Amino acid sequence: MRILVVGGGCGGTILANNLARRLANEIRGRKVRLTMLSASDKHMYQPGLLYVAFGQMMPDELYRDQQSLLEPSIEFHVDPVEAFHLDQNRVTTKSGRTHEYDVLVIATGSRIVPEEVPGLVEGSETFYSEAAAVKMFKRLREFEGGKVAIVVGVPHKCPIAPVEVTFSLHDYFKTRGIRDKVHIKYHYPIGRIHTIENVAKWAKPEFDRIGVEYETLFNVREVDVENQVVKSEEGTETEYDLLISIPPHRGMPVIERDQMGDGGWIPTDRYKLTMEGHDNVYVLGDTTNLPVSKTGSAAHFEAEVVAENISSIIKIGTPVRDYDGKVYCFIEAGHDRATYAMFNYENPPDLKAPNKSMHWFKMSYNKMYWTSVRGLL
Amino acid sequence: MSEFKTIDARNTFCPGPLMELITYMKQAEVGDMLELLSTDNGTASDVPEWIDKVGHEMISSEKVGDVWHLKVRKLK
Repeated sequence: MRILVVGGGCGGTILANNLARRLANEIRGRKVRLTMLSASDKHMYQPGLLYVAFGQMMPDELYRDQQSLLEPSIEFHVDPVEAFHLDQNRVTTKSGRTHEYDVLVIATGSRIVPEEVPGLVEGSETFYSEAAAVKMFKRLREFEGGKVAIVVGVPHKCPIAPVEVTFSLHDYFKTRGIRDKVHIKYHYPIGRIHTIENVAKWAKPEFDRIGVEYETLFNVREVDVENQVVKSEEGTETEYDLLISIPPHRGMPVIERDQMGDGGWIPTDRYKLTMEGHDNVYVLGDTTNLPVSKTGSAAHFEAEVVAENISSIIKIGTPVRDYDGKVYCFIEAGHDRATYAMFNYENPPDLKAPNKSMHWFKMSYNKMYWTSVRGLL
Repeated sequence: MSEFKTIDARNTFCPGPLMELITYMKQAEVGDMLELLSTDNGTASDVPEWIDKVGHEMISSEKVGDVWHLKVRKLK
């Protein structure tokens, strides 16, 4: 049995480590071979980018060597897939190698595409890459006051990020003693300030309290960089001195190139996590087209289900679990407080009041992630 | 294109039905028709509000059992 994992991010790594432990005897007995292909020899803790953008973490704290995170029984290659041949159960890679499989797991993740909005690259700061987060922090340090606008592309990774960056901006300028010189305006694509109703109900009075203006039904159409105006699909405009963007995302180019899913999102069974039409292909994390959050948390819970099912299929011939849509997201609420949203397909999140304990738990998790991604937590 | 592309946003809280519709609308071509399935009652008012404001066409909205079926056409 050849199991091939494509993608060495959060979901792929948790899955591979989980499988390596569940199938340790089979791998040792050469009945199972577990291989991972990744585009990088480094693993990034992506939620840390928000902290880099506010000078609270250094970029080198975000990385570990991918090989060091993997069980020794996993065969690891830095060699991204260039083409999927699903009808022949094989992939070809950048180096020209072919890998055949019996079971394939696709966990290639997503990428930002700010270039799809005219002016967004030149006109805005963001924190969705290391370079961008460092640049954003330098820009914030230089900022002495004026109009700050926050805009949100669709779809985007980490749905909590828009409110978190808003609270962080308020805190940052307050700490610098210039909050009274900064006007913050938040823009959101749908008709309330967050897609999760209970988050919107909680965040709205918080925004009112800290003096953040908001405009809803604002889908960013273009940025007039010269005149510093951001325009919406809905026909409204906002002037800015500093524009912060959550960029729109797409799946990886290879997914679109091989016509495996519009936008790079692979059609996936929401319970089995198999690719539609391919029972031996599983899809994890951002790569799916599922109506669940694009977060490491979703990838984590999905990975546990897929690992358990691949293992049980090998051991007893049948899967044993369905994915229930579980997601758990920390929410940094500013002023060293945090809360969380936990939900699944059936149960909406029931938000608790933010407190300092949750903030320090999140700060601890920023370190504990490396235990989590090894599949130990 | 004469058929509806179905977006299954039943039993989802994040990103939610309207955010799903916006995602698929961005991928669609002008003239494409989409059908959004949602179990969230708020969708029945949220979607027409956005469609009207952004300038697409609301074709129909009906509840069948527990599921809202909202049909829209991309106009720009």
